[in-house]
Amino acid sequence: MTQISQPDQQFIKVSIWRGAGDKGGYETFDVPDQESQTILDLVSYIQQYIDPSLTYRFACRVGMCGSCAMMVNGVPRWTCRTHVKKITDKAGSLTIAPLRNLPVIKDLVVDMDVFFDKWVRAEAVHHPTRSIEQGVQPVSEDTAERQAANAAIECINCAVCYAACDVVASNPEYLGPAALNRAWSLVNDVRDGGREAILEAVSGTGGCHNCHSQQSCQKYCPNELNPTASIAGLKRETSKFALRNLLNPANKHNQGEPA
Amino acid sequence: MINARLYIMQRLTALIMAPLVIGHIGVMIYAVQNGLSAEEILGRTQGSYFWAIFYGTFALAVAIHAAIGLRAILHEWVRLDGMVLNLVCWAIAAGLAGLGLQAVYSVTG
Ligand code: SF4
Ligand code: SF4
Ligand code: FES
Repeated sequence: MTQISQPDQQFIKVSIWRGAGDKGGYETFDVPDQESQTILDLVSYIQQYIDPSLTYRFACRVGMCGSCAMMVNGVPRWTCRTHVKKITDKAGSLTIAPLRNLPVIKDLVVDMDVFFDKWVRAEAVHHPTRSIEQGVQPVSEDTAERQAANAAIECINCAVCYAACDVVASNPEYLGPAALNRAWSLVNDVRDGGREAILEAVSGTGGCHNCHSQQSCQKYCPNELNPTASIAGLKRETSKFALRNLLNPANKHNQGEPA
Repeated sequence: MINARLYIMQRLTALIMAPLVIGHIGVMIYAVQNGLSAEEILGRTQGSYFWAIFYGTFALAVAIHAAIGLRAILHEWVRLDGMVLNLVCWAIAAGLAGLGLQAVYSVTG
């Protein structure tokens, strides 16, 4: 990116959240308006040419790594793939803030620990079924389970859905759309041996049953995934699982409090 | 706030209420044909085990269903949690069941 200083240069007013934790405020910068600029380009311009102390996160710049998500005019977006032209309001101004629903470390950088801890709490981790000697398990592309897993698999862990979810905002225990979406893809994966552990993990007080199915997660997911559909799948499977355990308690190896 | 067990209870009570609501509305439409009077209603319901079980089941399903729905609202909007949330929800369920069953008893007893 080059610094621009022609006399007829147009500028965009960009208000950026500065601060740490709960404390801070917006600071406005004039950034030269250039062709094909992304939101991440604006932020990078400010950091490189106006205020080097501006803190933000990115890596791939092509929508693969999931590290650049921010609130842009109040809406969560992957900033490296969001063109300025598509979203500036009529006044041509922009407001950029750290992702909603996560603690702010500094400026535009949020602490993602809670987000990823919830993946682990949802058992959205691989549960291996084979040792290295047994070789790779063949996966058939034709089964309904594989298709359900494939539909949910392209998640880049960007937390856009997590920021968009009102249940996350009002119920801090809620595991959230991304963790539950991954849990659903693993429930449907023949290579994963943790089906029951996952179904129990998503049946507790912060589990999938808290979702209101209003689809903010699906609306904003930059990869056009549908976590709401995955969560609906989990609600169905956990209900079957719980009823089966109720009718035949001998099946249930975990005799503890039903989650 | 809502775990699998509460979720299932809420869906099962909804399944129970659906036909009862239809039955209730059906009887209402039938009953108002000749004007609506206390005598006519009580004439149909008093001493009837059928209506006692019909509306008794309805009142209990409502108590459970509504208490679970309010549980989510109380947690998300009023931030009630833990023991307090449990107590308030049980009180709502007990209150609705008590009022409902009392009403059923007064028209069918
Ligand atoms: S559909 Fe469920 S997970 Fe998605 S935003 Fe709404 S409450 Fe959150
Ligand atoms: S589901 Fe979509 S929005 Fe949510 S973390 Fe994955 S890619 Fe991002
Ligand atoms: S920088 Fe990697 S997704 Fe945006």
